[in-house]
Amino acid sequence: MAIVIQEPVDTAGAPRPVVARPKPGAARRSWVGWAFVAPFLVVFLFAIVAPIGYATYLSLYREQLVGGRKFVGVDNLVDAFKDSQLRSSFGRVALILVIQVPVMIVLAAAIALAIDSGRLAGARLFRISVFLPYAVPSVIASLMWGFMYGDQFGLVKSINSDLGWHLPSPLSDTWALPAIGNIITWEYVGYNMLIFYSALRVIPTELFEAAALDGASQWRIARSIKLPALRPAIAIATIFSIIGTFQLFNEPNILKTLAPNVISTFYTPNMYAFNLSFAGQQYNYSAAIALVVGVVTAVCAYVFQRSAARSEA
Amino acid sequence: MAARPGAAAVPRRSWFLTGVMGLMLVYAYLPLLWLIISSTKTQRSLISSFGLWFHGKFALWDNVRDTMTYDDHSFVRWFGNTLLYVVAGAGGATVLATLAGYGLAKFAFPGRRAVFSLVLGGIAVPATALAVPTFLMFSKLHLTNTPWGVIIPSMVSPFGMYLMWIFSRDAVPDSLLEAARIDGANEFQTFRIVSLRLLTPGIVTVALFTVVATWNNYFLPLIMLNDPNWYPLTVGLHQWNNQANTISAKPVFNLVVTGSLLTIIPITACFLSLQRYWRSGLAAGSVKQ
Repeated sequence: MAIVIQEPVDTAGAPRPVVARPKPGAARRSWVGWAFVAPFLVVFLFAIVAPIGYATYLSLYREQLVGGRKFVGVDNLVDAFKDSQLRSSFGRVALILVIQVPVMIVLAAAIALAIDSGRLAGARLFRISVFLPYAVPSVIASLMWGFMYGDQFGLVKSINSDLGWHLPSPLSDTWALPAIGNIITWEYVGYNMLIFYSALRVIPTELFEAAALDGASQWRIARSIKLPALRPAIAIATIFSIIGTFQLFNEPNILKTLAPNVISTFYTPNMYAFNLSFAGQQYNYSAAIALVVGVVTAVCAYVFQRSAARSEA
Repeated sequence: MAARPGAAAVPRRSWFLTGVMGLMLVYAYLPLLWLIISSTKTQRSLISSFGLWFHGKFALWDNVRDTMTYDDHSFVRWFGNTLLYVVAGAGGATVLATLAGYGLAKFAFPGRRAVFSLVLGGIAVPATALAVPTFLMFSKLHLTNTPWGVIIPSMVSPFGMYLMWIFSRDAVPDSLLEAARIDGANEFQTFRIVSLRLLTPGIVTVALFTVVATWNNYFLPLIMLNDPNWYPLTVGLHQWNNQANTISAKPVFNLVVTGSLLTIIPITACFLSLQRYWRSGLAAGSVKQ
């Protein structure tokens, strides 16, 4: 799983010696480094490694009315793979993954290119404004959009009754998923834009000078210099989005209050694991689901990273 | 930001592009505008009037007062809890990440490579996938329903540590450390006197992002805490919002809206005022290396 972050280190062609071969003299071989690393490592082991181990252990057992706790091996995992509710929840995040994530990434890249082009009046204002929603807690983002979505008393209702339009309710069966996708896009497009913008700012200026001498147009420069320079950043942003999408919880869980009949308790894998634990008391099965979600996420991130690295080569 | 020197000699302003981007601006501000306008309305006109314009009595100050005092000052207590989680959780995460990133970048010690791979693996482990297992383990240890249930998991930021590793590698020259050693400083003095200052932009970046993550966290406290006295703002506001659905339905949407506005203001101010630092941090950390 280490791949995720090592990738940019490799492709950027940066010297990667610190781990591979310590510089002589500067980093002397001694135990003092442990004093710096140990506090982090202790909390890391306790709050990340141990829960994974405990979840694995739990997933191997089952609580039964008769006979109490019983070792069942991989039965819970087998059940998870056959579980149609889990499958439907994965289906919904998969839709977000193939539609919302690309839309958001392309939008973020387009905005970054526009701001970087120097052709905008007030570029600074645009940069800050588009980024601002990132600072808004996802709970509050979902509350605000949820209020606006409301066709009972929200903005949609006002538009329909005042203008005589017939906008469909964003919280209906068909539109709930796009409505959630919109909230995620609103929250994160600016964050991704900023990552891309930072990548554009470090392109060596000689490249632009050479292109200008060759008489290249702005479009040509964007396509031949800027887009290739964005590739590593796009790869990282996409991997983080993949990880984030599988974890989807806050937005649907908040909107559930407004649309309890549309957004089920197993709307996303994470909501399913949560509700199994807290409403159903099925801790063992919930632990198995959490493991499945983690593994599927890691596999998807890995597959994407490999294919990104291959097309780079 | 004007165009940089070489970028195709002073491009002309494009009003078309500016116009298209203007739509993005509308998109970004629309919910915030709705929030600000709505926080000036009473519960009744909030529900009955058009969302993007003022209506009826200007009730902002009443709303703010009611938000603060409602339900025995819950909001103020939640605000205090959020601060506690941010200071202990995000503060702890920043300190631990800085020490560890620096340690990994600047010292060769037995087992370093193993530590490094372990932590990089930790970045790929999604925080929320861990929340349910962490809850199950913490409840065995009787850490749930205490502040520790929120603080301890907030104290690890593998990504923050990774950023600090890059920062330490690039911003602290080995020759400087060597000079300090020759002068007889021990490693901790060197860190405190020489390195810390050079690491400041990186530390601010990590601090800011862990602060945002903790301030905005919802899933973890939702799972860990039962007692409303320990809720942070996010969980508390959601509970107020849910109140409309309970049997004795008592909607307080105007307080939810005003409370949301009051929650956003400090974190946004924090971001805007520290812009200079985190932008350089972001540039160095997530892209350049």
